[in-house]
Amino acid sequence: MSTVTREALPGRPGPPLWLLLELTYRCPLHCVFCYNPTDFSHVGAELDTAEWLRVLREARALGAVQLGLSGGEPLVRDDLAIIVAEAHRLGFYTNLTTSGIGLTEQRLAALRDAGLDHIQLSFQDSTRQMNDFLSSTRTFELKSKVAALIKKYRYPMVLNVVIHRLNIDHVEDILAMAERMGAEYVELANTQYYGWAWLNRAQLLPSREQLRRAEESTRRFRERLGSRMRIFFVVPDYFETRPKPCMKGLGRIFLAISPDGVALPCHAARMLPGLAFPSVREASIGSIWYDSPAFNRYRGEGWMKEPCRSCPERSADFGGCRCQAYLLTGAAANADPVCNLSPHRHLVTRIVAQAEAGENREQALIFRDHRAPPGAG
Amino acid sequence: MMEGLSETSRPAIGHGFRLQWESAQDAHVLLYPEGMVKLNPSAAAILTRCDGARTVTDIITDLERSYSAEGLDKDVLAFVRLALERNWLELRP
Repeated sequence: MSTVTREALPGRPGPPLWLLLELTYRCPLHCVFCYNPTDFSHVGAELDTAEWLRVLREARALGAVQLGLSGGEPLVRDDLAIIVAEAHRLGFYTNLTTSGIGLTEQRLAALRDAGLDHIQLSFQDSTRQMNDFLSSTRTFELKSKVAALIKKYRYPMVLNVVIHRLNIDHVEDILAMAERMGAEYVELANTQYYGWAWLNRAQLLPSREQLRRAEESTRRFRERLGSRMRIFFVVPDYFETRPKPCMKGLGRIFLAISPDGVALPCHAARMLPGLAFPSVREASIGSIWYDSPAFNRYRGEGWMKEPCRSCPERSADFGGCRCQAYLLTGAAANADPVCNLSPHRHLVTRIVAQAEAGENREQALIFRDHRAPPGAG
Repeated sequence: MMEGLSETSRPAIGHGFRLQWESAQDAHVLLYPEGMVKLNPSAAAILTRCDGARTVTDIITDLERSYSAEGLDKDVLAFVRLALERNWLELRP
């Protein structure tokens, strides 16, 4: 006899309210912190325009309403405006995440006319370029030009900067630059350790002292600029004591479609072992979302082990991130080891301690490239 | 911003926000960059009337007639104030 709680037998899940199209893995940049899979060059052919439009129609019919367009660099797709136009016609709120490379005024005007609602401009430069940029070279000029265009077309200027050990001491300069550009929102997002960032984590994880100084700089800017420039500072979760509610639960609201059409409950989930994620080339969005074993695997709470299974916080954080549990403990159903209730917390503590001590930095940084790094992916 | 709020103000949905009916959620929702608010029926009744043409007084009168109610002015003003604070609404001259 087993007692089954109501949470362990969830009813039909809600619709995939948030749809992310990773239109391509192609990108002109080679960022060391990219979360794209390290073997992205072995992923199959990209969906064509008609296939992306079908994805939009099927997802919208289920109730998807927020649309993210990212990649790779989505601007390398020359059908981007067609995709935006159809999304807008269907009633999606459309958000573009871009490095700005390739965003000419002509293209921005076309996207605006197609109904694009929002743009997030990312500084996804490699470290080398970031340093160039901080010493005010041509990257700065390109980004400034794009930033001015974004403002000219009446979009809020939203800047996203990925933060890591090699640039965290420049937070002051980054914020000063954002201010000069007239940014209205700045997200200082500490690197999340997946994909290429996972390979480079020993070089990228900052020390506590670096974090403290960066937060202090952020506080001073907030004080001075108030609501004129809102700054979000996302702490790397290795330094937290409870896990992030990753994707607000896998398979609850978020649906990502990879460039080749593989549907995922999180853009990093492709790494999870033992799950056959279906492709939109072979199945409808409805059957993938509601019926596929891969999407049902981590729904509800039935998959949880202790300490999550009996934890009063399980319905708030869903046991954290399955990818992080898998990468660090070898089993995706374990509690996210960031949690200080996890029996594997020592693994995270050790990584943080190694970052403090500057250990394991002999390996050269691995730049995102179409050649997969040896032994990765 | 809000300093100007009076019964002759003409509120409109804020720039960058979009209000629409979502049958999958059986509710009106307010969409904004990377986010969404699901509206309860009273919030939806007010926001759907904020078209930048009608004054706050027009909206109150219309609501009182539609719902056969009286004395809604305080509640409507309080909600409009809250919505202005959150940039869901902006005032048109």
